[in-house]
Amino acid sequence: MPTIKSLDDLKRIRAEALRKQELKTTSGKTEIIVGMGTVGIAAGARETLKAILDYIDHNNLENVIIRQTGNIGIDSYEPVVQVILPGAEKVTYGRVNTEIAKVIMDEHVVNNRIVTDYKIEG
Amino acid sequence: MTFYRSTVLVSVDPLCVEKGAYELIDTLQDELIKQGLLDEVQVLETPRLGDPETLGPDIVVYPEGTHYTNITYFDIPRLVEEHFIKGRILKQYAATMIDAIDEELTAPKSKEIRVVLENIGVIDPRNIEDYFAKDGYMALGKVLTEMTPEEVIQEILDAKLRGRGGAGFPTGLKWKFARQAEGDVKYVICNADEGDPGAFMNRRVLEGDPHSVIEGMCIAAYAIGAQQGYIYCRAEYPIAVSTMNLAIKQARSIGLLGKNILGTNFSFDLEIRMGAGAFVCGEETALMASIEGSRGEPRARPPFPANKGLWGKPTNINNVETYANVPRIIQKGADWFASMGTEKSKGTKTFALAGDVNNTGLIEVPFGITLREIIFDVGGGIKGNKKFKAVQTGGPMGGCLPESLLDLPVDYETLGQAGSIMGSGGMIVMDEGTCMVDIARFFMEFTQDESCGKCVPCRVGTHRLLEILEKICAGDGEEGDIEELEELSDQIKRNSLCGLGQGAPNPVVSTLEHFMDEYKAHIYEKRCPAKVCRALIKYEIMDGPCTGCTVCARNCPVNAISGERKETHVIDQDICIKCGICFQVCKFDAINIT
Repeated sequence: MPTIKSLDDLKRIRAEALRKQELKTTSGKTEIIVGMGTVGIAAGARETLKAILDYIDHNNLENVIIRQTGNIGIDSYEPVVQVILPGAEKVTYGRVNTEIAKVIMDEHVVNNRIVTDYKIEG
Repeated sequence: MTFYRSTVLVSVDPLCVEKGAYELIDTLQDELIKQGLLDEVQVLETPRLGDPETLGPDIVVYPEGTHYTNITYFDIPRLVEEHFIKGRILKQYAATMIDAIDEELTAPKSKEIRVVLENIGVIDPRNIEDYFAKDGYMALGKVLTEMTPEEVIQEILDAKLRGRGGAGFPTGLKWKFARQAEGDVKYVICNADEGDPGAFMNRRVLEGDPHSVIEGMCIAAYAIGAQQGYIYCRAEYPIAVSTMNLAIKQARSIGLLGKNILGTNFSFDLEIRMGAGAFVCGEETALMASIEGSRGEPRARPPFPANKGLWGKPTNINNVETYANVPRIIQKGADWFASMGTEKSKGTKTFALAGDVNNTGLIEVPFGITLREIIFDVGGGIKGNKKFKAVQTGGPMGGCLPESLLDLPVDYETLGQAGSIMGSGGMIVMDEGTCMVDIARFFMEFTQDESCGKCVPCRVGTHRLLEILEKICAGDGEEGDIEELEELSDQIKRNSLCGLGQGAPNPVVSTLEHFMDEYKAHIYEKRCPAKVCRALIKYEIMDGPCTGCTVCARNCPVNAISGERKETHVIDQDICIKCGICFQVCKFDAINIT
């Protein structure tokens, strides 16, 4: 990233960041967001993340982006995984262990069926 | 060859055998004969299944693969009836994830307003671009190009932002004092030494939205005229420290920290200093001493840090959450911020909900919301349908508030008047099974341990308070103890050097005020109403409900329970250590606590 030397530079970088984000949502890629704060990691988010990455690797999924984020606040439901299919609303899943992660990948990410059993409402 | 509808595998490793695996197999076969299912259900032994720590032997039923644990021969008739005749899984003993499927995952949080936590859980904290896309650093841009330092301070004053660390001092005023203080070298410090047990608001901000803290500190530095800043973070937050370090590096590499930021005359840089986990280092003067490399001990104020702070220079010190609020106020305006909250406390506050509440975690609510709304609406009520007893706000130096104060609107003043404090936002909910004397003892143990020892009232006083509370919990309380607790608390409050000592008696004072009958029951009746204090309770097995299943006897760590199978068992009170395991394992509610 270039150095920001003025307010105009800052505005340009912001516009660029927004454009990239826009691209991401219209690129037709599925976004998977894993909460990786201390609480998430303590509850096993690293294993969950690894299971998701393994799944993607194993099944050669190409249209998937994995991102990390902090704790969204529902600590008793960690590890929390959020899935955004292209053009769809964000779906939040709670208490996602490695097995549930595989179910979510199979059902939601690959076959576009929301796994209501683990979905968190609201 | 016979075909079976179901196959039951029973674990017969030595441990399970000791716990009655063979009796279980016998009973199971008897029951299958009785129900005429012997041709349909096959029972097999298997060397090992599941977790050896479980209570009874484990069994797995195929073809479904249902794994039952904690099961004894006593449960077999029900199991056969439910599982093999009615085809229903006996959820009570199922070890697989049936609980998780059945339980509805809902998190009702509609009363929340997210200001500080707006980006957290949405952006990737390790990617600065995500922060830019959320208008990141635009507030800094606005401040540096359009506003004078005085205007910035005025904006914060108008917003009526108050310190989120606990004392609630107006942030704008603090900045004004630091601005007016004479000196070329000034510092800004971010207090991220979050030490309250069960509180993790700051950690989440540092981990989830580090750039908002950096931006807030930059704005504060511009307002007071500082060139250097420090984030004092506890070493127990390794992820927060690494995220923060990365964020500082990113900001520095693109010129948002360093010399001539955005081409202006303003220069500012940041460093992290790690604290070694002393609770008192959250006190501002102790914190500064620690940064300087001295012992983390507080000193008397005045002089206040705004005049004589770090290395004797004017210093502004704010909490993580306070700084994180600043960019939002600059962006959206003081009026927007002041539109939330109560008359004297504006904006929102994050709280860490912990204890016996259904939805533990972090919440952000506007000031003025009632404790009842926080605990029952946002928090989802008390775990296990128990009754609410008390809530402690503000960490170990906060007071315990009873049910009668649940409709109190939460702000700095009301909590203070009720005998508690806002603190940094810890909130521990306690249900009816909590002994308030024991809770006071617990928190006193913490503050006594964390007292730095510099001043006598805190060092000796908290120790004496703890001794008296321990005595009462041990059943040795006597006439005059309550008065002594009251007098000591008063002395410690008035004479201690810093906030730690001044706040330390709060749990005692508030429990004395709201739960005096519990103290009296302990001292005069030698009875613990909540049945927590070991010296004052007795476990007994009731004749009627006891079926003689032997579970309690097998689990008693000191072999205090005796009795023949299928006959009422007896606890030998001389041997019993009152660990409560028999109470937990009894499936027939036959253990009575008196």
